[in-house]
Amino acid sequence: MGILEVKDVGKRFGGLQALSDVNLSVKENSVHAIIGPNGAGKSTLLNCLVGKLIPDTGSVMFDGQSVLGRVPHEINQMGISRVFQTPEIFGDLTVLENMMIPCFAKRDGHFRMHAVRNMMADREIVEKAEAMLVDMNMADKKGMHSASMSRGDKRRLEIGMCLAQEPRLLLLDEPTAGMARADTNNTIDLLKQISDEREITIAIIEHDMHVVFSLANRITVLAQGTPLVEDNPENIRGNPKVREAYLGETA
Amino acid sequence: MLGLNNKKDFTLLLVVAALTLLAPFVLNPFPSDSAMAQFNAGYPDLMQRFVIFGIFAVGFNILFGLTGYLSFGHAAFLGVGSYASVWMFKLLSYNIVPAILLAVVMASIFALLIGYVSLRRSGIYFSILTLAFAQMSFALAYSVLSNPKFNLTNGETGLQVYANDPQVFHRAGLPDVPHLFGLSMRSTYTMDVGAWSFSFNVGYYISAIVLLLVFYLAIRIFRSPFGMMLRAIKSNQTRMSYTGLNPRPYTLAAFVISGAYAGLAGGLMAAMDPLAGAERMQWTASGEVVLMTILGGTGTLIGPILGAGFIKYFENIFSKINDTVLHQWFAFMPDGMEDFMVFVIKPFVGKGWNLTLGIMFMLVVIFLPGGLVEGGQRLGKWIKNRGKSKDSPAKTEPAE
Repeated sequence: MGILEVKDVGKRFGGLQALSDVNLSVKENSVHAIIGPNGAGKSTLLNCLVGKLIPDTGSVMFDGQSVLGRVPHEINQMGISRVFQTPEIFGDLTVLENMMIPCFAKRDGHFRMHAVRNMMADREIVEKAEAMLVDMNMADKKGMHSASMSRGDKRRLEIGMCLAQEPRLLLLDEPTAGMARADTNNTIDLLKQISDEREITIAIIEHDMHVVFSLANRITVLAQGTPLVEDNPENIRGNPKVREAYLGETA
Repeated sequence: MLGLNNKKDFTLLLVVAALTLLAPFVLNPFPSDSAMAQFNAGYPDLMQRFVIFGIFAVGFNILFGLTGYLSFGHAAFLGVGSYASVWMFKLLSYNIVPAILLAVVMASIFALLIGYVSLRRSGIYFSILTLAFAQMSFALAYSVLSNPKFNLTNGETGLQVYANDPQVFHRAGLPDVPHLFGLSMRSTYTMDVGAWSFSFNVGYYISAIVLLLVFYLAIRIFRSPFGMMLRAIKSNQTRMSYTGLNPRPYTLAAFVISGAYAGLAGGLMAAMDPLAGAERMQWTASGEVVLMTILGGTGTLIGPILGAGFIKYFENIFSKINDTVLHQWFAFMPDGMEDFMVFVIKPFVGKGWNLTLGIMFMLVVIFLPGGLVEGGQRLGKWIKNRGKSKDSPAKTEPAE
């Protein structure tokens, strides 16, 4: 049994069958990549996992519990964190404040009123957030207005915010989309380091084959809303069906 | 100091304390028989309005400034507070303590109900929902809840205290106006210094102390983890829910707190003048607090107080300038010129004060999006840089 079990999931938007009979099993502490051409249903699948969309059929189990029918913040509190295609951070807040919020969420749950105590007086939270910024190599930026950072730094901050919650499963939606080569390589190194050093499962949706083959130890290929194959990277590389799905029949 | 880690915050509190406690002097800069005396604002009635609307705006800013949810119905809570207070005067006694307590409690309950429904939507839909609730409250107060069988609000006349009201705790020695354990809100001590005359009014000082307390509370809220969560909601709700946090209880708490501030302001208003009318709940009153907050500086601590003072000053001072006064001002000019100047300026003063306010508001929104606070900051920077500019070449600001 994997930590995440997707069984027979289907999702239809009007006349478009976006997903059908999707079965997926993500093993604990692995790096599992989901690849596929445009329109294969990768993002739809991801949205079904985090509660943004509710699948029409099938089941999604995380660590033995169903995530269906739960709203995003509840699913997050179960231990699933998500990194978005365009970094979603708190742009009006400083970098340190950005990092403190997931620390509060981890310790205090989905709602707690601390309305009169000064936030900087909560040493436990401040120290944890600062340590996380050191881990992310961002300690020197902690006073910065987060919206003014480069895209690579925003991505790094977002990943750090997700890790501060100590999730068991980290979902990444094209984490290197729109990045320069140097930033892409930095992100790959960061993710490698994360999966080596932490007890964490990573599921990644990615277009860039360089990223996929540098990171993943298991790959699922999605085409037209259905998984085509699931295998280790070496076999996927040589699989004719995958080439066909990506490049068309003539290739 | 006082649990404020930030030195700036403490200075800000001291500034507000100095401004409010010394207001009778600050607002009365002109000798009482000079021509400029009409610009003096240091009379009890107006000073009370300054601080009470300051409280209202500070509370509104906790919701609007921090979370970005623009409520167009906060006057409803102000009205509820006033009605609750006057009922306490009618039933118990003229003591303001139970009156203000009930005002805060009732306004909070109303805010909880209205907020619970309205906060299911955000953006313009939220604004419209709050507006609709406020107009419903207004209609209820104006007519529905004022019929011979069940008269809660006394409709058009407004709720007031009559001689045959129970007032069960009223004793012979107590004043027949709102009081704090016997200390009448209306008692005023007038100090004459040379040509100046300063008045110190009990009601004003009680309101001012309440303002200081709630302003201090607002600073604490702004700097608390709760305040940070509210700013996070304004910044990015998607990230908020994907960080395992539920935005709704946070926004509801902010809504109730700002409703309680409005109720407090309404209660104080009734304590200064034991009368509550439905017009206090009308949408223009809700709009006014929005103007105050934006004019002063949304999301800043002191902005709403400045905005409230500014608008109330305009409303009460500018509106008093009439034809006679204008003719006096321009009396030194030849007749034709004098009439022309009066003709040009007249639409902007007196009854036309709203026109001037509208122009000011537009100018502030266009050129100073951060409100009067941003204006002050820019002025401060300009003064600082002016001293330095002699030794460093003028910096070119990057285009935005």
